[in-house]
Amino acid sequence: MPKMEAYENEVEIQWCPGCPNFGILQAFKMALTQLHKASHEVCFVSGIGQAAKLPHYLKCNFFNGLHGRAIPVALGIHVVNPEITTIVVTGDGDCYGEGGNHFLHALRRNPDITVVVHNNEIYALTKGQASPTTPTGEKGTLQTGGVEITPLNMPAIAILHGCTFVARGFAGDVEHLKKILVRAVKHRGLSYVDVVQPCITWGTHPLSWYKEKIIKLGGDYNPSDRRAALEKVLERGNTIPIGVLFEGLSDHIFAGAFREKISKDPLTEIKPPEKAKMNRIISGFAFGGE
Amino acid sequence: MEDLNVVIAGAAGQGVQTIGDILAQTAAAQGYAVFSWKEYESRIRGGHNRYSIRISETPRNAPLMEADVLLALNEGAIQKYGPLLKKGGTLLAEKKGKDRRMIPIPFTEIAEETVGKRIYANTVALGALVAVLGIAQESLNTVLTKIFAHKGEDIVKSNHLAAEKGFLKAVQDCEGMCPWELPKRPGKYFLMTVNEAIPLASVYSGCRFIAAYPMSPSTGVITYLATHQEEFGVFAEQAEDEIAAVNMAIGASYAGVRAMTATSGGGFALMVEGVSLAGMTETPLVIVLAQRPGPATGLPTRTSQGDLLFAVNAGHGEFPKMVLAPSDPLDAFMKTVRAFNLADKYQMPVILMTDQFLSDSHFSIEEFDLGRIGPVFHTADPSHIKDYKRYQLTEDGISPRLYPGCSNHLVGVDSDEHDERGHITEDLAGMAVAMAEKRLIKMNRLKGEISMPEEISIDESDIIFVGWGSSRQAILEAIRFLNRDGVNAGMIHFTEVWPLPEYAFPSGKNYWTVENNSTGQLARLLRFEYRLDFRGTLSRYDGLPLTGDYIRRQLNAQNGSL
Repeated sequence: MPKMEAYENEVEIQWCPGCPNFGILQAFKMALTQLHKASHEVCFVSGIGQAAKLPHYLKCNFFNGLHGRAIPVALGIHVVNPEITTIVVTGDGDCYGEGGNHFLHALRRNPDITVVVHNNEIYALTKGQASPTTPTGEKGTLQTGGVEITPLNMPAIAILHGCTFVARGFAGDVEHLKKILVRAVKHRGLSYVDVVQPCITWGTHPLSWYKEKIIKLGGDYNPSDRRAALEKVLERGNTIPIGVLFEGLSDHIFAGAFREKISKDPLTEIKPPEKAKMNRIISGFAFGGE
Repeated sequence: MEDLNVVIAGAAGQGVQTIGDILAQTAAAQGYAVFSWKEYESRIRGGHNRYSIRISETPRNAPLMEADVLLALNEGAIQKYGPLLKKGGTLLAEKKGKDRRMIPIPFTEIAEETVGKRIYANTVALGALVAVLGIAQESLNTVLTKIFAHKGEDIVKSNHLAAEKGFLKAVQDCEGMCPWELPKRPGKYFLMTVNEAIPLASVYSGCRFIAAYPMSPSTGVITYLATHQEEFGVFAEQAEDEIAAVNMAIGASYAGVRAMTATSGGGFALMVEGVSLAGMTETPLVIVLAQRPGPATGLPTRTSQGDLLFAVNAGHGEFPKMVLAPSDPLDAFMKTVRAFNLADKYQMPVILMTDQFLSDSHFSIEEFDLGRIGPVFHTADPSHIKDYKRYQLTEDGISPRLYPGCSNHLVGVDSDEHDERGHITEDLAGMAVAMAEKRLIKMNRLKGEISMPEEISIDESDIIFVGWGSSRQAILEAIRFLNRDGVNAGMIHFTEVWPLPEYAFPSGKNYWTVENNSTGQLARLLRFEYRLDFRGTLSRYDGLPLTGDYIRRQLNAQNGSL
């Protein structure tokens, strides 16, 4: 069994001291340890933003790509090698703004990957502009009169569009988040975890404000009830429910038909055709000579 | 029989494509070299579409505008394409018109009478066309059987019947109007489009992944691979947009397989950030850029060479990149293999430029010899590596490339400027400069890989046409036409356009750039790179391909006016 230290590396962390992102990083290390994943069996994929720097701070494979584009890169990796545990770490700007379209279509494709969104309801790295999840009325450095447009409720959209694992975690409760991440990685199909990650620099509310509102979904909550899950994420109360909101069975997995019919192995194992086979294929284009 | 040009024209949905394809195959099966190109509107029904088939005894893979035979499927086609009919040419149409040298064949009426279905009007027209061209009806029947066999015996029989009726009617009316004879001859040619050659070569190169968003004229590339998915084992995904397509391909490539995408100008514009990402992360990637006239949506189904400078300059920042512009399907096959091999060797994006003309035209190829061409892989052997660094600084700028899952080594890549392990760096003097220089070394080494341009009749000619990509055959034909006029002309033709090779243009020549765009983009590039002066620009930018006759007329007009 791997020890948690196996994921430690010596890269200097660029986050603000005390940022709840540290809690998410810790939860990942704990979850991977519990899942018995060796570093080389895991690939983190990210885009741009503070969340997207996370893959640099633990020892695994990583692809830190373009703003908003982590999901398509992860899809490419997943298709080629499903044996790799592919985890997208992204933020609300990265995933819901710049990359929103990719998220929507990931719901349709249902790849067997995990998408973890550090949702701090703000653009922090670019210094305090509103994000797609900033509540209406809150001020941003560009929204000086307060946000006028509606925040996106991506968990609701995900449940509505058949995502088979939708959860919300809290960066301030590492142990609870770890449990969600373990379940998310184990789940077959797209696992989507929205993590409440208060921004201590640009956020409107202190961490304690969030802690008061956070409520863990209890034993009386049934995460296999899709309708109830949708109602739960549409609630406009004074509380923020965390835990697994919905978990169901996947009836298809991205690239499943290809694997079924053509190759169960990673695509890296398929060799190119021999010259003789190629010549046979090309001869099908020949005419005349009779 | 020297050189015969048949034009089939009608509205979209009338069967222009089907008739054209079957006639092209029938003529090819007779042992003739066939070249066909298509011109169509961006619509599913209606409008004016044209399918031109050039038939000759040796390959003449360039378009002709004038027609020996015109099959017009509606009145609009007669009006639009009638003027293209040569003196002594023959028009085949449904109804008798006035003052025309024509054969009226009531295709629809015959189809309804004999088979009972209007849909066979096309086959009636085909039968008539084959009769006019002096091809035996059995030859057509053989092709019809081959094409419709999977639809059952009844369908095959109905097609034979409809073809026979059209054939007999045309034979009756052909008297004195059909001097052509296309008897069987021993010729054998491969009939292929670039949109077939590229996917085939991708398969041969070991490509395992394509993601693309449908966009004319590139769509054929992913369609071909998706249709043959089981035979070729290439995963083909229709992405939600071109940005997703290029990033998926980059992800697949990072994960260890050869990957590609295909698009046209507007889609490529969306992919450009991905081109830069492939450059920065040093991820091999092949992008097919099938050009059509722009700007913006432009003329979606027509042809152009308007994106040369865009492709050459695509991607913010400085990184090695290669742009290839094949001239025909055989060349496209070879260049595609080369694109995959060099993308792998230099860990960079390679752009393969085609256009609508190349994408949709069938070329006749005499020899399709794979020779020594084949996939050459460059991934490193993990068993020889102790401490792995994805961006290890090396003398040649090329770091050993591993992929996640191939060993216990960790593979980290980053779009940020990074250190040797792929982690974000802000160490300007140390790491940032070293990484910039690493990419620069690769850029410089890449120059040595580039092939010289093709030279034709340089020594004896004062007039030299300079072109790139798809214009090659039209330029060669222009040279033949000029030779007939008693004028010597030569050609310098580029199919590898970036980076440009160390090449010395012979001095004292009159250079004319020949391009399917309005601003002479190749000339601008060559002026900049070689300080070359041009006498003039022979350009075409009406959405139609360059032809030998067009180039000759432009040259004469400009030479006269100078």
